[in-house]
Amino acid sequence: MKFKTSTKLALSTASAALLVAGCAGGMSQGSGMTSAELDAVTQQVVKDSFHDKGIVKVSQVFAEDPTMKACNAADVAGQPLAPARAKEIEALNMKTIHWPANGKYLGDWKEGEKLAQSGRGRTWTDKADTPNGGNCYNCHQITKQEISYGTIGPSLYNYGKIRGVTDPNSPQAQEIVKYTWGKIWNSKAYNACSNMPRAGHMGILNEDQVRDIVALLLDPKSPVNQ
Amino acid sequence: MQARALCLAALGVLAASTPALAQKTSTQAIEEYREMLQDGNPADLYEMKGAELWTKKRGPKGASLEKCDLGKGPGVVKGAFVELPRYFADTGKVQDLESRLLTCMSTLQGIDPKEVIDGKWGKGERANVTALATWIGSESKGMPFNLPQSNAKERVMYEVGKRLFFMRGGSHDFSCASCHGEDGKRIRLQDLPRLSGNPGDGVGFAAWPAYRVSNGQMWSMQHRLNDCYRQQRFPEPGYASDATVALGVYLGVNAKGSKSIVPAIKR
Repeated sequence: MKFKTSTKLALSTASAALLVAGCAGGMSQGSGMTSAELDAVTQQVVKDSFHDKGIVKVSQVFAEDPTMKACNAADVAGQPLAPARAKEIEALNMKTIHWPANGKYLGDWKEGEKLAQSGRGRTWTDKADTPNGGNCYNCHQITKQEISYGTIGPSLYNYGKIRGVTDPNSPQAQEIVKYTWGKIWNSKAYNACSNMPRAGHMGILNEDQVRDIVALLLDPKSPVNQ
Repeated sequence: MQARALCLAALGVLAASTPALAQKTSTQAIEEYREMLQDGNPADLYEMKGAELWTKKRGPKGASLEKCDLGKGPGVVKGAFVELPRYFADTGKVQDLESRLLTCMSTLQGIDPKEVIDGKWGKGERANVTALATWIGSESKGMPFNLPQSNAKERVMYEVGKRLFFMRGGSHDFSCASCHGEDGKRIRLQDLPRLSGNPGDGVGFAAWPAYRVSNGQMWSMQHRLNDCYRQQRFPEPGYASDATVALGVYLGVNAKGSKSIVPAIKR
């Protein structure tokens, strides 16, 4: 009796026990399926389980996105992306960054602080016109005054000071100013599978709001840099 | 694709036959609150309601749930909670506690599952299921989680749950793992357990149903997952849908050996 991993052959032996053996050959975690088959089952489960609610639409949330697809697969496999693939994804996201049309990168840090405090917007209990927050404090320490901050992201306290930014308009500061804008607009341009949302790219924050958050981080007068 | 279809079909056949340093963290604050409430967790009220609902003759069939099979045989409640979700031969499905209760309410009492599935949290039959889940959970208090993985469908659901756990999407690119993928992290001051591994006794999967102090509500696991998905900016998962059951399998199997503290008390 020939024994291949083909399930078809296993079926032809008409034995349930052999069938399990056939299905299990090179399969994932004894589930009897290959990883690709499990991905397909998962897609079906998603399709059958989730429904639109309020402003949140199934078609948008699960829309095909090469960045999400690659990073999700890497997490399931428990392996980081191959460095070359990570570079490709970062380049893909870099292209999406919308740089300020007027060349002005810094807005009002006080408005930036308000945005950083707010975690509102885009849930199924929010309205379409609920102003989106930046969700910044949920994951980052930012000012010394706010002690209720999360730790999923690094501390941003003294962000500009540590990086030696004394005048954000100076030529020496341009590299860090641009990086800060880009990171907020699309975090995945710098770290393919970053935990951070792509605030500009996904339309969570607009250009003026990104400007205000850049100011919160880089304006020497901002409490971040005191 | 053909191989997959065959594999799936065949498995179906088989299955049918077989901190910030200075400040107080939320954990510390809740610990203190728990101590204060040791003699009176408001969850007790839901627990009592659940115990009554189990023996009460209800529904179009005027029957109790005492013959309900939660996985350890008809009427066996003790120890059932820490082995769910699991595969049930009569429905051919992997079910969590709440989806199993829907089956029992439907078959024994004639109560339409739609009353729960299309219902609202804390209201009507959905509130009854939460109370039942609270009582059934409490009957396994202190017992270690030990979900079966002997059935192929249970193993498939684990793998599906894992994929759902790591599935980023939506406007914010969030997955379950965005918040629950690393040890020792917080959102604001809220401590976050890492649920891709075993978070320990009474943490994560081993802590729901729980009474939530902040809104004065009793939350089941279905409610907990539902609100996680809301905050994740995902669409709503159906009540007792396969996605929620698969996540339950993933979290429950990961928690193997950890002891249940249900009914817990939470922020």
